[in-house]
Amino acid sequence: MAFSQAARDWYHRELAGIRDAGLFKEERFIHSLQDADIEVEFPSGAKPASVINLCANNYLGLSSHPEVIAAAHEGLKHRGYGMSSVRFICGTQDIHRELERKLTAFLGTEDTLLFPSCMDANAGVFEAVLNEQDVMIADRLVHASIVDGMRLCKAMQDTYKHADMAHLEEKLVEHQDKRFRLIITDGVFSMDGDLAPLDQIVALAEKHDAMVFVDDSHASGYIGKTGRGTQEHFGVLGKIDIITTTLGKALGGASGGCVSGRSELVEMCRQRARPYLFSNTVAPVIVSGALKVLELISASTERRDKLEENTVYWRKLLTDAGFDIKKGSSSIVPVMLYNAKLAQDVARDLFAEGIYVVGFFFPVVAKGQARIRTQVSAAHEKHHLDRAIAAFRKVGAKYDILGKTKADIIAKYGN
Amino acid sequence: MGDTMDEMEQNVLAYVTKEYLEEDDDRELTVDTPLISGGIVDSFSMVSLKRFLEKKYQIQIPDADASADAFDTVTSICAVVRRFKPS
Repeated sequence: MAFSQAARDWYHRELAGIRDAGLFKEERFIHSLQDADIEVEFPSGAKPASVINLCANNYLGLSSHPEVIAAAHEGLKHRGYGMSSVRFICGTQDIHRELERKLTAFLGTEDTLLFPSCMDANAGVFEAVLNEQDVMIADRLVHASIVDGMRLCKAMQDTYKHADMAHLEEKLVEHQDKRFRLIITDGVFSMDGDLAPLDQIVALAEKHDAMVFVDDSHASGYIGKTGRGTQEHFGVLGKIDIITTTLGKALGGASGGCVSGRSELVEMCRQRARPYLFSNTVAPVIVSGALKVLELISASTERRDKLEENTVYWRKLLTDAGFDIKKGSSSIVPVMLYNAKLAQDVARDLFAEGIYVVGFFFPVVAKGQARIRTQVSAAHEKHHLDRAIAAFRKVGAKYDILGKTKADIIAKYGN
Repeated sequence: MGDTMDEMEQNVLAYVTKEYLEEDDDRELTVDTPLISGGIVDSFSMVSLKRFLEKKYQIQIPDADASADAFDTVTSICAVVRRFKPS
């Protein structure tokens, strides 16, 4: 037998190790549309519970928007279900190129190329545009997909301390002997919700002759006055050489991603990026939905404005209740608990109270930085957030963490 | 351990402290502090440490020898350097 008993035993032990370390991931089955109110079966086999969703990347509340669903239906009707081909053989429809043009206009770049996901965009982009003569200098907290993409690229790798501009400048000076320098950062960091200081990064790039790469997956659609992302927030529209982003979060939440930026760099991806070359692209139904999303958010900032109001409101509710939250302005609001077990216990109790959140701990975040990551949506109404804070207060009181400092919490629960 | 550190250990410890600890991080690193298993250095940011060692001591460390175990403490890092450094 090819899959021997010895192999089976090894995998059993490995999986047991993951369980013992408290890192075993289990899916929860949602029996409804993705929205502010959802029906969740957890644990598996349990009667689905009605809960408020505070952990989706559905920032603009467009995942189940009726107009987006209707547009997707139209796409299905007129452009079919699948392409059964990669892009450069017979897998490109007129609407794929239309979406690329619309994304280019929305992001204020020169050109755009769709990828099956932003994970794929990040996996393919570095290898396509850099070689061993170059260096990639990344913020240490960039998304895992960027780390993987960098590992596939022959350019030298280096990192700088999170958002530390002095350290970044040291690295830029150190690598002046390289042909090209590429600074790599997330726009909004997914675990802390903080924004990369793109104005300073662009200034350093200009001073030390470097290109700038930003993964704006957690920003596109809502950060900046018209939702064009972190680059708009910091007034550097058009100055980012490569932006990758996703259609899987604020921009409809289905799937798909893109590389957008300088036309030559995008064209290099079209010629050389392997996830683009060797995989089907985004399905027509998703392209049609995404086109509607861009139409909606280009016509009005109402949804991102509402999200901004909700975010300010939620941050104030948590602060007033005495929770220790990561300061910032994005709709990712981490509630700091520092202890992995405490984060899991609080998340479990909140679920019992009808609030769906997830605890994060090492190795997803740094050791001693366990937290619950809450995410606000334009789909939330005030009453959702009011009900959520009542549950947070109740559970927070149970664990005696309200009004407590980091030191207090660590003294009580350890980290 | 501080009193018995040799020059290489001092250099490596100084580099690790500067390169990996945040300014507000008041942890005191010693030559035996677990760096990777302790969550101070991750495999992603470890590349600059390897490059520092190669440049400073004019050696080439094969990737297989720059494992998370071998690079876990300043003491073990220095042992790797000594293996590849011509005496």
